Amino acid sequence: MPDTMMNLHSIAAAVPEIYLTAAICIVLLFEAFVGAKRPGATGTLTLLVLVVGAALTVAYADVAQRVVLFDGTYVADPLAYVLKLAGFLAVAVTLLYSRAYLQNRDILKGEYYVLSLSALLGIFVLISADSLLTVYLGVELLALSVYAMVAFDRESGVAAEAAMKYFVLGAIASGMLLYGMSIVYGLTGTLNLDGIAVALSAPHNLGVILGLTFIVVAVAFKLGAVPFHMWLPDVYDGAPTSVTLFIGTAPKLGYFALALRLLAHGLAGVTVDWTAMLAPLAVLSLVVGNVVAIAQTNIKRMLAYSTISHVGFILLGFVAGTVNGYGAALYYTLVYVLMALGFFGVVILASRKGFEADKLEHYKGLYRRDPLLALAMAMLMFSAAGVPPFIGFWAKLRIIQALWETQHLWLVVTAVVMSVVGAFYYLRVVKLMYFDEAPESLPDTVRSFGVRFALGVNAAAVLVLGILPAPLLDLCARVIR
Amino acid sequence: MITLADMLTVSGILFALAVAGIFLNRKNVILLLMCVELLLLAANFNFIAFSRMLGDLTGQVFVFFVLTVAAAESAIGLAILVVLFRERRSINVEDLNTLKG
Repeated sequence: MPDTMMNLHSIAAAVPEIYLTAAICIVLLFEAFVGAKRPGATGTLTLLVLVVGAALTVAYADVAQRVVLFDGTYVADPLAYVLKLAGFLAVAVTLLYSRAYLQNRDILKGEYYVLSLSALLGIFVLISADSLLTVYLGVELLALSVYAMVAFDRESGVAAEAAMKYFVLGAIASGMLLYGMSIVYGLTGTLNLDGIAVALSAPHNLGVILGLTFIVVAVAFKLGAVPFHMWLPDVYDGAPTSVTLFIGTAPKLGYFALALRLLAHGLAGVTVDWTAMLAPLAVLSLVVGNVVAIAQTNIKRMLAYSTISHVGFILLGFVAGTVNGYGAALYYTLVYVLMALGFFGVVILASRKGFEADKLEHYKGLYRRDPLLALAMAMLMFSAAGVPPFIGFWAKLRIIQALWETQHLWLVVTAVVMSVVGAFYYLRVVKLMYFDEAPESLPDTVRSFGVRFALGVNAAAVLVLGILPAPLLDLCARVIR
Repeated sequence: MITLADMLTVSGILFALAVAGIFLNRKNVILLLMCVELLLLAANFNFIAFSRMLGDLTGQVFVFFVLTVAAAESAIGLAILVVLFRERRSINVEDLNTLKG
């Protein structure tokens, strides 16, 4: 029937989600029937699923228009395709890096891959959310999968503690989000984000600001902005490093989309109010993240505080409140994910069976033990510090430009000063690796060729995209309208 | 006659109780889980109240989704609690203090 044909054709925009949902079922069944006999096969299948997913996303990407589906709960636009492609690739790289680590700790189980994929599905739902309902379901699907991943190593007491803290604080954030949503729904009379944007562009009830406050708090919680960052260092530290790598990368794409869809799109009518709320959060994140990171001796905690400072930068892009600002925030998010994949990847490769390379002193003299790994880490650290010509420099520059255009002079000054402070602890890692002697005989790093090659490509991308920043910058500017 | 304001007040009180419970309770992790449930129920109350006022059913449909998610959330919370108890032999909130810095 032509009618059905048209319907099937019209949901083609939702191919990434439909494909991923089917793939999760297949991976789960595969694990049940085949995976138990052949450990590792599920991981290979999952990687294949992710690569095919990325290819499908590219094939079905309709970069020309914005398609709204399912009664205004789902939207597919160029931004969504870019973020979904990044999500597929980020999770594929994450799982590639994690494999040896999982094997060494006896947690190489099919469920780990199923949970990774369902978290990715949550990220996708967030990215394509066009209604408060879909936003909420995306947030929860992502969060619930990740809580389980943090507690995945059942023999580890710290992991269980980290999972509990993450769960309770994350649940509070979800509750806040829901309460704020209920107020916004009550005062605008619709769950649809486009509808809310229309309702708020007319004169509206000031109670919306109350709902907005709850929503901003929830978004800050999820992103890990100060003062709602308490969970972040504990979870990064307590979780198995492979899970830290996962949490530190792909979910950031989802939470960026959360902020963009909810605040910059749905609540665009009250931009003045939420930029005023985000500005102090961004400044505090920059200051606390960068200053506290200096005091850390554990590299996972140090990178957690560095994440907080990067979140501050991303929020600054939103504070600018302009299309340029959002574009800069998107660019920063993508760049951050690329860099985080790299430096958590190095932490994973430096760890062996029975040995966690989570202290800064474990990186002393890394140059002599493994020059390639040290070089990759040095490039990533320079990039995170914002040293040209690495990609991190352009990310910071774009945010600062957007703020400059909107006359936020003080925020520009804070951002620059805090980048300088932040450079200290990134460069300290470089100093430890190149100029210090290794204190005792540390175990060898992971020598498997495939993973090291992927990490090399990752580190090279930080340099190459830094030297030729135009394509990615153009893409980010084009998909945000 | 029960007005919208009354219903919002009740949900506000429930929400405040839940948040207070989470931050004041220093003894038992199970109480935390109960407070989390209360938090979601407070928001549900709001949705139902507004949905009735607006004469719009989508708010009540949202509540069904929230209830489902809340069930999944408790399941995961209790599962983490079981793992935690096996490792620590305690579900005291004050014992959750090995991660610091």
